Amino acid sequence: MAHDRSRRRRDLGRPAPWNDARLRSLGLQAAVFILLLALAAYLAGNAAANLSRQGIATGFDFLGREASFAIATTLIRYSPADSYARALLVGLLNTLLVSALGIALATLLGLAVGLARLSRNWLLSRLALVYVELLRNTPLLLQIFLWWDLLRLAAPPPRTAWRPLPGVFVSVRGVYFPVPVYQPLYLWMGVALAGGVAAATGLRVWVRRARAGRPPLPAWIGFALVPLPPLAVFLAGGAPHLLDVPHVTRFDFSGGQSITPEFAALLAALVAYTAAFIGEIVRGGILAVSRGQSEAAAALGLTRGQALRLVVLPQAIRVIVPPLTSEYLNLAKNSSLAIAVGFPELFAVTDTIANQTGQSIETMTLVASAYLAISLTISLLMNLYNRSAALVER
Amino acid sequence: MGSGVQDRPMIELRHVYKWFGAQAVLSDVSLAVARGGRVVVCGPSGAGKSTMIRCINRLEDHQQGEIFVDGMELTADVKQIEAIRREVGMVFQQFNLFPHLTVLENLTLAPIRVRRMSRREAEDLAMLHLERVRIPEQAGKYPAQLSGGQQQRVAIARALCMKPQVMLFDEPTSALDPEMIKEVLDVMLELAQSGMTMICVTHEMGFAREMADMLVFMDRGEVIETAPPDLFFTAPRNERTRLFLGQILRR
Ligand SMILES: Nc1ncnc2c1ncn2[C@@H]1O[C@H](COP(=O)(O)OP(=O)(O)OP(=O)(O)O)[C@@H](O)[C@H]1O
Ligand SMILES: [Mg+2]
Repeated sequence: MAHDRSRRRRDLGRPAPWNDARLRSLGLQAAVFILLLALAAYLAGNAAANLSRQGIATGFDFLGREASFAIATTLIRYSPADSYARALLVGLLNTLLVSALGIALATLLGLAVGLARLSRNWLLSRLALVYVELLRNTPLLLQIFLWWDLLRLAAPPPRTAWRPLPGVFVSVRGVYFPVPVYQPLYLWMGVALAGGVAAATGLRVWVRRARAGRPPLPAWIGFALVPLPPLAVFLAGGAPHLLDVPHVTRFDFSGGQSITPEFAALLAALVAYTAAFIGEIVRGGILAVSRGQSEAAAALGLTRGQALRLVVLPQAIRVIVPPLTSEYLNLAKNSSLAIAVGFPELFAVTDTIANQTGQSIETMTLVASAYLAISLTISLLMNLYNRSAALVER
Repeated sequence: MGSGVQDRPMIELRHVYKWFGAQAVLSDVSLAVARGGRVVVCGPSGAGKSTMIRCINRLEDHQQGEIFVDGMELTADVKQIEAIRREVGMVFQQFNLFPHLTVLENLTLAPIRVRRMSRREAEDLAMLHLERVRIPEQAGKYPAQLSGGQQQRVAIARALCMKPQVMLFDEPTSALDPEMIKEVLDVMLELAQSGMTMICVTHEMGFAREMADMLVFMDRGEVIETAPPDLFFTAPRNERTRLFLGQILRR
């Protein structure tokens, strides 16, 4: 009797430590962690020994040294006399630029592809199908080269460049376009723009209150007010403007801003390739929303566009976001393939530095951390968005 | 004399045919429902009941014959279809509420977007109809937080917010637990008493007897028998109707 009771008490309360599921998993995790640590220490020791035998100093001191190599595309001021650290920053910014643009454009194109796949228009849905199958079943690297060749072969030389708009040149050198030279007045125009947005918002709220019970005013009336204040500031300030217009030199252009063929090829390839995957994700997400939803919307008199925008997509988004996140991560990481066409993004710059300094472990650690940080940031933002789009359940 | 608006049927189907592949799902279906008419459609599974009422608001298209709603013919004309859908409310077996919107937002979506009402006006109307279906206190909840019976009553209110001329019901209580069926049927009875034109597919024969002024029995895509309730239940003319009623009333 007494024996039985004590036994039962032990079963219900605290099991023997080696039988406790929580302790077991803790112990297992600790063991794995210690093993990994030991492995890392062993490899690091080997590497350090090899490097010192080759006479390469380990550590990150090289970052302060002069880079002494040129970078073709820079978002910030950079010259070969700058440090390796600044060269890395140039590369990082280029990666961020191509990733951000790529993600935005691939999302738009992917949405269009996904909708086209589901279109009742037979030709359109077939074309979208061919697009998807062609792009997602061939290597991205090949596609980058194809775009690059296309841009270099199809475009004319600088002297006979296409001029789709005055001041814009399209040639094998890429696209050159004029940019306004910065004026102090622009800062005030920015302030005026913010003021315009605030005024328009305030007006909308006020109008909604004042007109309660009657149909709302069309939205464009508010939007039309936004550009007025900056325009007024611009005119009042004497309309100062100076354009940095590119002009043709003997074999090239100078002045203005440019999109290099390498950048254009990389961006086009990343966007076209990723959009094929996103298109399938969008299609799957829309199909996951039950038919009854669009039928109910139709029965209420909503148009097909309204049903899609207000009923189907907001529900599909929950299914779409998780796989979409991994496509965004792929796009950011795939931008490192730019090294093949020589667009100086983070990985290409890092590779050059590693070759020059021999400190491949340090540079690769840096570049890996940078990609990790980019990926984690994307994941974090997408998770936040997903949480806000989640459905309320019972 | 003459055919004024009052004499014109609210809904009229003339020799309607529909095929899914080689199978005729509707064959030679004709039906006229007067303004304020209350029709219950019954028949065995696969008879084409859903297909018929889904043709009336063009969730399905018919391939032969004519369908008129309030004098407007249903054709491929998208504007005309949208105009008809504004006048025809529909309640589904699976409720089909929008899960990402609150009850109130479910009710105001179409009045704001389709009828171009102001938000305030649409919300007042929504609360009016929520009171009519006796769940005004649920306005801020999401559909998943309601019971099945409550969800179906919200679905009825949502359709009513479009101020339709006609209401279509496709087995509105078939997905409900027995104890919730009555609360939905009561709402529908009240609606019938208010003079709404209604077509309802249901197997709730007690309800049909009380609500309908006409019963329609369908089988294999055809309208077999059309009769007022007293005749339909006591003296069905067709053998198949008798068989069906025998089965369903014994249950
Ligand atoms: N999309 C479709 N494709 C092919 N056949 C269909 C489709 N929808 C319905 N059918 C067929 O049409 C016939 C009529 O279907 P319908 O849903 O109208 O019947 P019902 O009378 O509503 O039956 P139930 O009582 O089971 O709801 C059935 O034989 C069904 O299999
Ligand atoms: Mg049915």
